[in-house]
Amino acid sequence: MSDFIPYIRAFCCHYTSQQTCAEGGDGLKDTGFPENVVLSRVPCTGKLQVSTLLKAFEDGADAVYVVGCPIDSCHNVKGSQRAAKRVGAVKKALFELGIESERIEMFHLERGFHPEFVAVAKQMDERTKKMGPSPFKGESE
Amino acid sequence: MIIAERKPLAEIVEMTKPHEKILVLGCHGCVTVCSAGGEREVEMLASLIRLGAKKDGRTVEVQEGTLTRQCDKEYIDSLDKWEGEYDAIVSMACGVGVNFLANLKPSTHVYPGVNTTCFGGSAEQGVWSEQCAGCGNCILHLTGGLCPVARCAKRLMNGPCGGSQGGRCEINPEVDCIWQMIHDRLERVGRKEQMLEVAPIRDWRPAGHGGPRKSTRDDLTV
Repeated sequence: MSDFIPYIRAFCCHYTSQQTCAEGGDGLKDTGFPENVVLSRVPCTGKLQVSTLLKAFEDGADAVYVVGCPIDSCHNVKGSQRAAKRVGAVKKALFELGIESERIEMFHLERGFHPEFVAVAKQMDERTKKMGPSPFKGESE
Repeated sequence: MIIAERKPLAEIVEMTKPHEKILVLGCHGCVTVCSAGGEREVEMLASLIRLGAKKDGRTVEVQEGTLTRQCDKEYIDSLDKWEGEYDAIVSMACGVGVNFLANLKPSTHVYPGVNTTCFGGSAEQGVWSEQCAGCGNCILHLTGGLCPVARCAKRLMNGPCGGSQGGRCEINPEVDCIWQMIHDRLERVGRKEQMLEVAPIRDWRPAGHGGPRKSTRDDLTV
């Protein structure tokens, strides 16, 4: 499975990604951000619904993760707390379906440019490579 | 409102396995308010059914819909717009809705997507608690508005049992003893002497022990 390149969907809030994404796609690439991680920026992760995260799996994601503000200092007060709860709901649903709940994760990061934003992407990339393709893709894919 | 919660996914996946075209049907009534079977939950369950099928290597078409209510014939009739698009319905309404679908769609496979738990209210965001048992013979005027049928584990009618300790129920220390609450409330409103009245042996037939219940208002029937 060493040649497996996972398709990973990341959802992050405007505030945690603002500076990392300031230079656009090329700038992001220069930071070492894995190219197989597709980033979707949202105004606040608290706006993400469970169905949005599930849809990412339906669309073929091998793993999904969310990056929001620190729990106690979300720009929108409780947005990242709500996101963490919804990620928790998807984890539970994946477990119920017999899928590794580690295929979805929530990260709370400080605002501004910092290596952790890239580090969590690499962490999810490595984790997903170990787990292999999503069982939702079926055997034929 | 009627409180419900989604059934375990494995149960839903198993019951829908024989079907290739499924309609997940929500209700805009109680189950929307208690976040068990409204539009948002329909969207989630439809997605999970599709994912469950993909994992098993099956293909399934899942339609999504939500009716104003599933406990009125006129709304069930509106299912006609999905005619031919499903061979089974997973209802996310309470048990009443599932029964209505089964009554009115005699040859359609109908499955429950939720477990109907109780009549309750929103205790806090995301938490619902039982308040009424629908027992058909309301005695709330004697108990300060607090129901011992729904809220006493033993459904006692004449005060607390010996397990009431510090205002808490012996079945769970997090549960208030409703008879303690009734006592305190009656005392607060100056009616504590009502506690001394002995309640007669209760007739449980109106609670359903005499078979399915029916309510009729002649002035509304035609």
